[in-house]
Amino acid sequence: MSDKEIDKVSGVETTGHEWDGIKELNNPLPRWWLWTFYATIVFAVGYMAYYPAIPLIEGSTMGMSGETNRSVLQAELKAADEAKAGLVSRIETSSLQDIRTTDELFRFAVAGGQSLYKVNCSQCHGSGAQGAPGYPNLNDDDWLWGGDLEAIYHTIKHGVRNGTADARDSMMPAFGEGILEAPQIVQVANYVMQLSGQEHDAAAASTGKELFAENCAACHGEDGKGGRDFGAPNLADQLWLYGGTVDKVAAQISKPKHGVMPAWGQKLDEAEVKQLTVYVHSLGGGEQAAATQ
Amino acid sequence: MANEDATFETFDAEAVNAKHKRTLYAARQKIHPKRASGWFRSLKWWIMAITLGVYYLTPWLRWDRGAHAPDQAVLLDMANRRFYFFFIEIWPHEFFFVAGMLVMAGIGLFLVTSTVGRAWCGYTCPQTVWVDLFLVVERFFEGDRNARIKLDAAPWNFDKIWKRVSKHAVWLLIAVSTGGAWIFYFADAPTLAKQFLTGQAHPVAYTTVAVLTATTYIFGGLMREQVCTYMCPWPRVQAAMLDEHSLVVTYNDWRGEPRSKHAKKAAAAGEMVGDCVDCNACVAVCPMGIDIRDGQQLECITCALCIDACDSVMEKLEREKGLISYTTLANYNRNMELATGGVPGAAIDPSRVHTPGGGIVSKVSRFHLSDVMRPRTMIYTAIYAVLGLGLLTALAMRTDLDVNVLADRNPQFVKLSDGSIRNGYQLKILNKTANPREFLVTLRGLRGADLRLDGSDLDQGRLGQVTVEADQLRNVRTFVTMPPELAASGRQDFTFVVTPLDGGRSSSEGATFEAP
Repeated sequence: MSDKEIDKVSGVETTGHEWDGIKELNNPLPRWWLWTFYATIVFAVGYMAYYPAIPLIEGSTMGMSGETNRSVLQAELKAADEAKAGLVSRIETSSLQDIRTTDELFRFAVAGGQSLYKVNCSQCHGSGAQGAPGYPNLNDDDWLWGGDLEAIYHTIKHGVRNGTADARDSMMPAFGEGILEAPQIVQVANYVMQLSGQEHDAAAASTGKELFAENCAACHGEDGKGGRDFGAPNLADQLWLYGGTVDKVAAQISKPKHGVMPAWGQKLDEAEVKQLTVYVHSLGGGEQAAATQ
Repeated sequence: MANEDATFETFDAEAVNAKHKRTLYAARQKIHPKRASGWFRSLKWWIMAITLGVYYLTPWLRWDRGAHAPDQAVLLDMANRRFYFFFIEIWPHEFFFVAGMLVMAGIGLFLVTSTVGRAWCGYTCPQTVWVDLFLVVERFFEGDRNARIKLDAAPWNFDKIWKRVSKHAVWLLIAVSTGGAWIFYFADAPTLAKQFLTGQAHPVAYTTVAVLTATTYIFGGLMREQVCTYMCPWPRVQAAMLDEHSLVVTYNDWRGEPRSKHAKKAAAAGEMVGDCVDCNACVAVCPMGIDIRDGQQLECITCALCIDACDSVMEKLEREKGLISYTTLANYNRNMELATGGVPGAAIDPSRVHTPGGGIVSKVSRFHLSDVMRPRTMIYTAIYAVLGLGLLTALAMRTDLDVNVLADRNPQFVKLSDGSIRNGYQLKILNKTANPREFLVTLRGLRGADLRLDGSDLDQGRLGQVTVEADQLRNVRTFVTMPPELAASGRQDFTFVVTPLDGGRSSSEGATFEAP
């Protein structure tokens, strides 16, 4: 300690450490570096006191702030909800038509409806709402239960054939189980193909026409254009929920499949159902309220 | 220090940052630059006035753009993503204008540096300009070099405290207004000024001003030349861009050496000496604390104040000016060769470059304009000009209407109940004028197709017509439907044509109709 060794060449004190004759000089640290170093120590003390820092057996010290990643996220979510609250409550109280014609509400509803759609609806109707066999395409103009805002709203809120009180409900008999013979079903199927202007067996179709009038026209109409009051599909158009060939139509006549949709009003709140309604309506097939019967 | 000639002043100045004096780990030695006067100092005053004036006053210039756009001449509107510069308005997708100007600034820096060396550092760098401004304040309160050295050494009495407090107060005032001016470029200046003073402004504004106040005060008042020497990468980059034909501030030792404080005595004794009288005036004025006579060194920002200082001494001595001057290395080497007789390492012989009367022989190389007109600078100039012309052309051809089309990908097309095929598009119409405009959307090259625009304000009666607010982009949901027999031909290319109903130029954008 007492005898400091001074390096002869540089005139600088050594640390006394020596490796194979090479001695370490004891140059002072640059002062800016040293002060920055001290400042980081001071900062660290404050940081550890303010934020959760020291791990314990269970959990850690919480610090004066009590801040955690979870609490930060919750605060951010709450702020986002609060930011939306004004528009959401306006959507809740506005009529669907007003939402459709007020630019601010319309844009919010379409954006909100789109994300709700992705979470709740896309599993069946597809990510682009293009549907799949058995699941209607929501982009087109063919609506089983109506395509104006009110009709779409009702379908989303109460669903289809799910047993709840206001659900859309209809039931086509299984004509293959004791009502019509198999050849008769093929004849009706051929007539249905004729209705929609597709290839068909003309002879079978003319017999099928009579069978259609007796068995099918009550619901699907004389001209086969269906009826939205009881969800009877339009058989005279080009769109087929379960396929548009003789075989597939015959299968549907013989033992029909019936799609089910949940009553989303039980899971989603009023504003959410309205946003979904406006979104589905905006996909391209939405109808004006006056245009429905 | 007295000298026997008494025609010029000799300074007891030492170059605190001279290479041979520099030790690592030593605390900074304060520099007390003396006020210089002369041609370069005047130039620097002008540049300082112009650059500071531009910086402080620009946000307050007004420019009428009508009711729908801000009336601030230069405004970086971050919130609305617009950049206004007098008659130019830049949208985010036109950022290439800014990028192009930055590239031009870079090439310009290459051009300037390869021609006149570190002129950016010496004249226009904010660090240099603000240090100059802070030095003006320092001189006002504490006096020039000698008075300041004396004051530094003086004990803390009322006089010293008063001077120091005043100096730092004015520095802080300058620093605050520097930080303050910055934020006015990002918002309406008069409004923000009012908000700022009444405590209503956004915390970001206060933070920005605080940070810039601190950096201005610390860099300009306290750190000064250390910023250039230790923190700034430019000295290294710029030094790499110099070549032997670049003009740099040079001490012409071929005519200055051997330096002598006793030139007259030497002349009387029949000895010939150089022009340098070793008065240290060049060292006293140097804001970087170096001695230019040690040769080129990285600390030198080429502020040229030593040229002014030396010239005024040469004038008093009735010798030719330019002992310290802007000189190219090539000329310097030629003259050095002349002075040493071409023998490397030989001592300078003043008689080779001086006439017996004390003048300079005509054989020495002097600066010619051709020194800077060389391929390198020509190429820089050409690139600079091409870029500039390109940007000007782009600006002249800039339209006030832009159309973008984004086709739906999922689903690509939709079959309707009558068998016709519908495609969906996002039609983006950019109205870059300061007025709301009405547009008519039509299709070209798609016979028999039906067009429908969807939006909260668009109903059946206004097919194809859409209003876009002033200075806004409107995203219009667009449906194009083709009857079954026409859709059967598969994919078809067509064009959306957007025509302003006020008679302006229309814009079109290609698109594809997808069909099974």
